[in-house]
Amino acid sequence: MALSLAAIVAQNRYLRDASQLQSLSFAVHIPLVCFGIALPALIAYFEWRFLRTGEELYRTIARRWTRIMAALFAIGVITGTILSFEMGMLWPTFMSTFGSVFGLGFSIEGFSFFLEAIFIGIYVYGWNRLSQRLHFLCVLPIVFAGFTGSLMVIAVNAWMQHPSGFRLRGGHAVDVHPLAALFGNSFLWNELIHMYVAGFMVTGFVLAAPYAIQRLRGRWGRYERTAFTLPFTVAAVASPLQVLIGDWVARDVATEQPIKLAALEGLAKTTRGAPEHILGWYHNGKISFGIGIPHLLSLLAFHSWNHTVQGLDSVPPVDRPPINITRLSFQTMVGIGTLMALVAVVYLFLLWRRRTLPSERPFYGAAALLGPLSVVALIAGWVTTEVGRQPWVVYKVMTTTQAVTTAGSVPVSYGVLVAAYLLVGAASIWILRRLALMDLPPLSSDASIVARAGEAAA
Amino acid sequence: MHLYEIPIICVLVGLTLYVVLGGADFGAGLWQLESVVIPGRTEAARQRAEENREHAHHSMGPVWEANHVWLIFVLTVTWTAYPRAFGAIASTLELPLLIAGVGIVFRGAAYALRAGSASARESALIDTVFSLSSVLTPFALGTIIGAIVLGRVPVGNAAGSITGSWTGLFSILLGALVVVLCAYMAAVYLAADAARAGEGELASRFRTRALVAALLAGALAIALLPVLHSDAHRFYHRLVSGPGLVGVVLSAAGGIGTLALVVVRRFGAARASAAVAVAGLIVGFALAQNPVFLPGLSLASAAAPTETIVPLLFAILAGIVVLFPSLGFLFALHLGGRFDLAEQDRSGAVQPPAAAAGVGAMIASSRQGLAARGAIAGLLGGLGFLNAADAPWAHIVGVVSLAVCALCAIAAVAPAELAARERD
Repeated sequence: MALSLAAIVAQNRYLRDASQLQSLSFAVHIPLVCFGIALPALIAYFEWRFLRTGEELYRTIARRWTRIMAALFAIGVITGTILSFEMGMLWPTFMSTFGSVFGLGFSIEGFSFFLEAIFIGIYVYGWNRLSQRLHFLCVLPIVFAGFTGSLMVIAVNAWMQHPSGFRLRGGHAVDVHPLAALFGNSFLWNELIHMYVAGFMVTGFVLAAPYAIQRLRGRWGRYERTAFTLPFTVAAVASPLQVLIGDWVARDVATEQPIKLAALEGLAKTTRGAPEHILGWYHNGKISFGIGIPHLLSLLAFHSWNHTVQGLDSVPPVDRPPINITRLSFQTMVGIGTLMALVAVVYLFLLWRRRTLPSERPFYGAAALLGPLSVVALIAGWVTTEVGRQPWVVYKVMTTTQAVTTAGSVPVSYGVLVAAYLLVGAASIWILRRLALMDLPPLSSDASIVARAGEAAA
Repeated sequence: MHLYEIPIICVLVGLTLYVVLGGADFGAGLWQLESVVIPGRTEAARQRAEENREHAHHSMGPVWEANHVWLIFVLTVTWTAYPRAFGAIASTLELPLLIAGVGIVFRGAAYALRAGSASARESALIDTVFSLSSVLTPFALGTIIGAIVLGRVPVGNAAGSITGSWTGLFSILLGALVVVLCAYMAAVYLAADAARAGEGELASRFRTRALVAALLAGALAIALLPVLHSDAHRFYHRLVSGPGLVGVVLSAAGGIGTLALVVVRRFGAARASAAVAVAGLIVGFALAQNPVFLPGLSLASAAAPTETIVPLLFAILAGIVVLFPSLGFLFALHLGGRFDLAEQDRSGAVQPPAAAAGVGAMIASSRQGLAARGAIAGLLGGLGFLNAADAPWAHIVGVVSLAVCALCAIAAVAPAELAARERD
């Protein structure tokens, strides 16, 4: 794509703002996506238990979590809409060149979003206004839409990581095959499953954390135990499996995006039998203060003791991603992931030996910490894959500099949206705390705006 | 008809539904603003304002999210089918998009927050934010349409004027018209909803508001014509004497028809004819603009290749097959009053199955043991096929094994039973 020098200078000016704004919007949105993936399934489980046993306890949990689901979905609709605005506002050249290649994924994602919105409306307002069986059936499309939605978004991201299904001629995408581009992509499946499982981990750990805190404060009735055990167990089962899935993802990155792997590991020179470094800081072509383990990188990435691993020196410096950001976020994700897997294995082992929940306080302390840590790991993982793809927006096809807008109003958008996100963040915390403290309205008036019940009480 | 014309028709239908359904939501927010701007002097007036606000909120609650996803539909189909036009529009019109976005952020946040408000003061504050943002978004979206119609959005990366392209008199007036249209649609809708619930007085109040908004909308529409005549000559002539005329006539007929129906309190029919009026306006604009999308960019040259359009249309078709019945279900429940407050409890209590406790426990424990073995088998399968092997087919087997492992492990833990077993 031919760009005049002046345009490049102008674009570089806004590139930093635009990238930061995009990352921020994404970081705000992605934890909500996790809840969209996993929370409906957890709610469905408890409603199913209620139908099976008739125990009101299960329905109470399901109804409480439904209110959380509805609030988080409403906020997710906002942040998702803003993201779709930003696609065009910030990266017009990316959109106008490749919209025809990957846009289909977002169109289908829009439909699954729609399906989710419709059935969340029915589900939230339909407690005891539909027959119980019908009401339960209404949660299933929400679970399904959570999966298809993430499938589509990941399909687009995987395409950006590993583009195919088009040819570039004179700055235009020609010979376009959107289905092949989106779904015939080997990168899609590992990224999708990695993210889908992460959705269950984040939701499980975050949802279990407040009940773990209750346990530490001495409140541990059957309600708290039940509401803790399901999400924590789901996340605990997912955590060790995520280690295996992560290994699969990393091996694909090693073959398809060698420079990203080199950045993850801080590998300056192409090396035969490359070592792996834990911790440390990349500086002047080597890792300072890190713990080096010889041959481990070759072994992990290529299953071979002496396999040659491509280093950063195989491409010119402008084609390298920011090493330390990529590497630190990768290490953060892996570190927290390992911690989660360890806690999970201890938990499952204790369950197997004792057949009861752990009674140790430190365990519940750890469970409370894993909630926020899992969100950190999630965001670190996305930073790893997105910053690690730099300087490309479409890997080896279009750079972010080429894609970014030339509109002078980017800093304005940045400031305004940062302020808006801060407010929304504060508001989300407020509503979640409020919902946790508030009693459920009696079933016969559940559909009323909860404020009414609140006002009557106040 | 050309293949590349079908997506724009879908976009226009989506836009119409967004204005009709989502617009009514924005309008409902707007009417909540009324009680903020003109605070009631007497206790009775405050009471009425509170009733209006509650009614507006309650009427919209269940369908709010669904109504707003139409915008996402419009955006995604546009950027897939007409990517060059989308890139140009979104970059030049970044600021009005930002304003619309801010409106969406605050509106959605207020909507989510209202469920947690515990006092009248809190919900009044939240409603104020809600109402203000309800004005912002339709106004900004209106100015965007204005900028496109006037040809102020050239092709390219932010090639047009960032501030000038959407702040002309025509854009501002069109933004105002969209706001008033939303208010109008909402008033008709809320009157119909109140009439259905048997609240005659409430219905009358919104009937008055509908009439006021209708007259205002008509006046604004007429005021737009001379501005259009001087600012966008080609568009003006195609609108009032060319292909757009049919839309204008349809819109005018729908508008007058709605007015008459509101006067005689036939709110249900009025809702339909209001939708016709909006659709007429959109069709008229589209036909007047056709075949140009942006200056120097025809619809044909803006369109994505056939290889993109065809799967997109299939996706839309599949979406329609799934979504329209679902949407029909939601609206049937909502408009049929099934979500209303006074509704009876339809669910009844479930009879817990009378299980022989001892036998049940035994079966459960053997089932748990089996599940645990299944989990270990799945884990080993995953390790072998996903992590040791390199072939893609093996990875598929590995992923399936891990899924089996996860489900079996959760069944083996049996979280609900585990939690129930513990002593308090």
